Amino acid sequence: MLKNLVYSALFAGLAAGIIVAALTISMLVPLLLEAELYESGMLIHFGDVTVPTPDIEVEHDWARNGLTALYACTIYIGFAFVMVAAMAFAQEKGVRITTRSGILWGLAGYAAFQLAPAMGIAPELPGMIAAEITQRQIWLVGTIIATMVGIAAVVFGKNWTHWGVGLVILAIPHIIGAPHPEVFGGTVPPELAAEFAGRSLAVGAVGWIALGVLSAYFWLQESA
Amino acid sequence: MTTATQTAIKSDTNLISIAFVAFMGLSVLFIAGFASSATLHDTAHDMRHAIGFACH
Repeated sequence: MLKNLVYSALFAGLAAGIIVAALTISMLVPLLLEAELYESGMLIHFGDVTVPTPDIEVEHDWARNGLTALYACTIYIGFAFVMVAAMAFAQEKGVRITTRSGILWGLAGYAAFQLAPAMGIAPELPGMIAAEITQRQIWLVGTIIATMVGIAAVVFGKNWTHWGVGLVILAIPHIIGAPHPEVFGGTVPPELAAEFAGRSLAVGAVGWIALGVLSAYFWLQESA
Repeated sequence: MTTATQTAIKSDTNLISIAFVAFMGLSVLFIAGFASSATLHDTAHDMRHAIGFACH
């Protein structure tokens, strides 16, 4: 059992991590590099004065991209361990796992780890002003846990009490509210920041759906 | 040993394995996602931003 769990999580996490690494390096890293030009003062923009969109081609640093890919695989292997454990637990409780239902498992993980946290703290570029890091991390962890528990209660609940409690738990982090900065005035143009936030959530959705399907696939293979 | 007890014991070891794997995953995520060592930060920087984990 343990060996099957570990192997399927490793395979699924590695495969999803490679997909996410490719998407991150091609879609997100160029925006991060551009934001760093504003952060360092190489490029400047001011709120009420328009400046032409800079015509720059950012240069990839492949050593840095290598670390990003390595880290993408590490963190997705971490996600996969949680995902496969959750699937195996559900299976013990009589829930049928299929590669197709893996899509829903992936979406649930995406909601817990990225979508719900982004409602309070949008994905940030370097050079943006944000609240104190420890406060943000506490809110992030709390939101991830509450969303996982809430979704489980709504999906696997059997009566209105379960569903109601699940919905309340889902709402609590957003009723409390995320910590926000006391001042505005980041160096990054809002246009760039918005593009990054949108792309980050899209890449996350693809990565998590892939992770859900792959986790279900490898878990079914290993446990068969 | 009856089949029922065997099934019960198997189910218990399964649950322990599952809990262990979940704990491993959460440990990886905690260290990779939130630990603030400088080396880890530089390695993780772009990806932490990409998945929206608080970075600095």
